[in-house]
Amino acid sequence: MIERLRKPWPDHRAERLLGAVSLLITAGVVAMVVFVASRAWPLFEHNGVSWVFGGGDFEAEVNRMTAATTNPAAAVFHLRAWPLIYGTLITSAIAVVLGLTIAVLSSVFIVELAPARVRRIVIPMVRLLASVPSVIYGLIGILVLVPFVSNNLVTTHEKVSLQSTVQLTGGGLGVTAVILTIMITPIMIALICEALSSVPPSWREGAVALGLNPLRAVRAVTLKAIRPAIVAAAVLATARAIGEAVMIQMVSGGKTFIPRPGDGVAFFFEPLRTLASAIVDYRDGLNSPALGAAVYGFALLLLFSAFALSITGYLVKLPLRKYQTRG
Amino acid sequence: MSWRWGDRLVLVAAWTVGISLCVIAAAIVLYMGYRGIEYLRPGLIFSRPSADQAGSGGFLDPLLGTIILTVIGIVLAIPLALSSAVWITEYGRPSWLARVVESSIEIVAGTPDIVIAIFGLAIFQTSLFAPFSFTAEGGGVYGNSFIAAGAMMSLLALPPIYTATRDGLQAVPGHQREAAFALGKTRITTIRRVLLPSVRSNIATGATLGISRIIGSTAIVLLLLGSTLRIEAQGSFPGINVLRGTGSSLTSYIYENSPAGEGGAPQKAYAAAFLLLIFVLLLNLLVDRIGRAHADSSGLAPIGAVV
Repeated sequence: MIERLRKPWPDHRAERLLGAVSLLITAGVVAMVVFVASRAWPLFEHNGVSWVFGGGDFEAEVNRMTAATTNPAAAVFHLRAWPLIYGTLITSAIAVVLGLTIAVLSSVFIVELAPARVRRIVIPMVRLLASVPSVIYGLIGILVLVPFVSNNLVTTHEKVSLQSTVQLTGGGLGVTAVILTIMITPIMIALICEALSSVPPSWREGAVALGLNPLRAVRAVTLKAIRPAIVAAAVLATARAIGEAVMIQMVSGGKTFIPRPGDGVAFFFEPLRTLASAIVDYRDGLNSPALGAAVYGFALLLLFSAFALSITGYLVKLPLRKYQTRG
Repeated sequence: MSWRWGDRLVLVAAWTVGISLCVIAAAIVLYMGYRGIEYLRPGLIFSRPSADQAGSGGFLDPLLGTIILTVIGIVLAIPLALSSAVWITEYGRPSWLARVVESSIEIVAGTPDIVIAIFGLAIFQTSLFAPFSFTAEGGGVYGNSFIAAGAMMSLLALPPIYTATRDGLQAVPGHQREAAFALGKTRITTIRRVLLPSVRSNIATGATLGISRIIGSTAIVLLLLGSTLRIEAQGSFPGINVLRGTGSSLTSYIYENSPAGEGGAPQKAYAAAFLLLIFVLLLNLLVDRIGRAHADSSGLAPIGAVV
């Protein structure tokens, strides 16, 4: 038996072994969905799908869930988590829209406009921004930006007038959106730069030969040509944005609240909570039946959103293949 | 050259944005450096955390925790990633199965860290996996241990190693394989002796990117490693007892010491954050070095390797 293992392996045995190991990963993904869904089932059992809607008092419902430790009554499972979904959507939307604009401009800058010396500095800087851990972004946010906003940008008038509804502590939508934008922009820059440099230069040269100035040529030809890449970058960045948990938990103000545009500038100073940051907030309650099911439900929603975005990104990148010279 | 002022505006905007990004990146590094030098003392690196954070005590335990997690994560991820990359590029039959595996790895790559952490808890809190983590007297499985966190860390490191190895294998010219076959070697032998050695630098790049992701992840540590600051072993079997126990990592240490956690000592948080940033920067430089030693054909590939 040992002799058989020591001789050079026949290909079919190696193929089957390697294939089995590779399928372990698929099994892991399936297990991920199954385990999380089974833990989240009580939430759906008692609420159906309507837990994503609004209407209840989220914090009171969570307190009720935390208080009920064993065999809770069915009423305890009642949850309306729309504030979390709103928080996720609005932070991600602002971050992706801002980030996409910045990313396209920066990529054009890096690939077309910057002289080689400047490019040699900018590219490592972008790579650095991409590799800073999220907890360091959160640390700078909570120790530098939040006090700055609280002391300099939020007026006393705003604090007093909103006192009855919510405390303005500086952390909230504004700081969260700004830091989230900085976090997701490098990803988009990487993708868009790669796509920009894969477009055949003769296309742009043709436009310049027809009389467009270089910048216009880029706009008219290259940017239009990489539209799939821009969409893919946006999709990837959205997936990253909705999944960001720790940084948002540190700077978003720690209170579940739906920022109200009607409050004017204070809209950006009002606290919020997202699905991912709620998971971090309530991580101690994962063993309790009601709160645990709720948190697993949030995770399941995030998982499916990430799936959907992944599939969309893949579908959108397919037309890109014809521009790439390798792979 | 008479540009419309709309175009001039875009030109100015592009330059501003590009330079601002550099300024922001430099500001982050410089500020963390300033605070880090202010608060980082060599004593901190080598002393263990004390119960009272506002007093003395450093971050030896979190540092060890980060190292243990990284080792477990990479040790688990490399065989998985290499096997899949080799299977998909060299064998890959039936093709629908290969697509399934490739999609699974992309799904893992796109899953947020926090969901991977939740998945880890869902698995390790079942009684099947009780020996791998901290078990309370009443039989409640906490699901927190280095093994649990390390296993999930391997999922983080898997996609970079897989992508880098797969790209490297696809870039090996066909005549190398054909020469090996002409000499009578089986496929698996050519893989072992010819192909894998030639993609060593790709594997190294992927592993370094994976390590970068592991040491920067906080969510998995917070959920799967408990909120103890010191390493607490579980059981008495030497070696395994630490793996089964709980502890902390640099990232969770930073989190706990910031106002978001217990909040007592922002200075320690700054010091640990500076250390973490230095590690990440060094890893970045390493990736750069490896990338340059085996120069790629496409000039801007180093940026793409970040994703």
